[in-house]
Amino acid sequence: MAFELPKLPYAYDALEPHIDTRTMEIHHSKHHAGYTNNLNAAIAGTDIEEQSIENILANISKQAVAVRNNGGGFFNHDLFWQVMSPKGGGKPSGSLLAAIEKDFGSFDSFKEEFSKAAATRFGSGWAWLVKQSNGKLVVSSTPNQDNPLMDLAEVKGTPILGLDVWEHAYYLKFQNKRPDYISEFWNVINWEEVAKRFQD
Amino acid sequence: MIHELPELPYALNELEPSISQKTLEFHYGKHHQAYVTNLNNLIKGTAFEKAGLEEIVRHSEGGIFNNGAQVYNHTFYFMALSPNGGGEPKGALANAITETFGSFAAFKEEFSKAGATLFGSGWVWLVADSHNKLRIMKKNNAGNPITDGMTPILTMDVWEHAYYLDTQNARPKYIENFWNLVNWKVIEERYDEL
Ligand SMILES: [Fe+2]
Ligand SMILES: [Fe+2]
Repeated sequence: MAFELPKLPYAYDALEPHIDTRTMEIHHSKHHAGYTNNLNAAIAGTDIEEQSIENILANISKQAVAVRNNGGGFFNHDLFWQVMSPKGGGKPSGSLLAAIEKDFGSFDSFKEEFSKAAATRFGSGWAWLVKQSNGKLVVSSTPNQDNPLMDLAEVKGTPILGLDVWEHAYYLKFQNKRPDYISEFWNVINWEEVAKRFQD
Repeated sequence: MIHELPELPYALNELEPSISQKTLEFHYGKHHQAYVTNLNNLIKGTAFEKAGLEEIVRHSEGGIFNNGAQVYNHTFYFMALSPNGGGEPKGALANAITETFGSFAAFKEEFSKAGATLFGSGWVWLVADSHNKLRIMKKNNAGNPITDGMTPILTMDVWEHAYYLDTQNARPKYIENFWNLVNWKVIEERYDEL
């Protein structure tokens, strides 16, 4: 069974003016499609061909580097599209908000910590909000296409929010100003989707 | 010492159409400049305050290494580009390339492939080892082959910021254009100094 490029849950121009149409189109139809195709090529004819992506990532240290890079890229971008929405922004509510306040002190201090993790990731990578196995929420960041589901991640757990800070995610609109892109991200976060992942 | 952004031996529009003026305005004017500024701020009050750039690359780590190596790498990259670049090297370097890689075309192909397959951000290098033997190396992020005991001769930036405004996801197109700009005279001099 080959992995398929997931459809975006909204149109390429839906996140304007925060994330521009051209970036979304290239990011999804070229970068994400590339990871998907390369993942399929990397697992074709191997004993993990039929496994779920979560399973593959959980044992990634046993796999070839092409599976790590492209399996990560396939999963991460899928999560990324889903935790954004044209109706996003604002704050979470209910038990997710309560957990954020318990583990970070306040929503604003969480926001600051997450933004800092995204801004200071040197080179290409991701910032994450991670639910650890004991239920505690933490912020982490990973290089390249690694993620917290991977057995080799420094901070392991379930990623419930992720921000792509590869330059391809923002360069056409923001160029060297990664912090401006990070600020815009807060306007499109789909907190309902993040809450769903928190409860699962 | 205070580190400075080097003056480029060409105007920012002169590498067109291979590299656009807009790309250079950001790459040189913003990214390279920011690494210089960050480095100068970070070394204040540290053991590296008076160190030269190569010593910083060799011995530092963390933020000082990242910014110091990025200053070194970008200067090394920009100073070896030219509007009149391209073609093939001559003399001793040409002979060494043929001896190591079989032909200039084979070297170019191997170097280009290294650039296309480096995952994430980084640099591709042509280096000489301690026996002056040539080899190609991929280094992630701010990586620099001096830390492996190698002498760098040629480098190509494959961070996305080096090409995204011009060729977006098509990194191989940027790599193809890069060969039009390589100033082999500078590269030959670096090799002759080994
Ligand atoms: Fe991406
Ligand atoms: Fe660069």
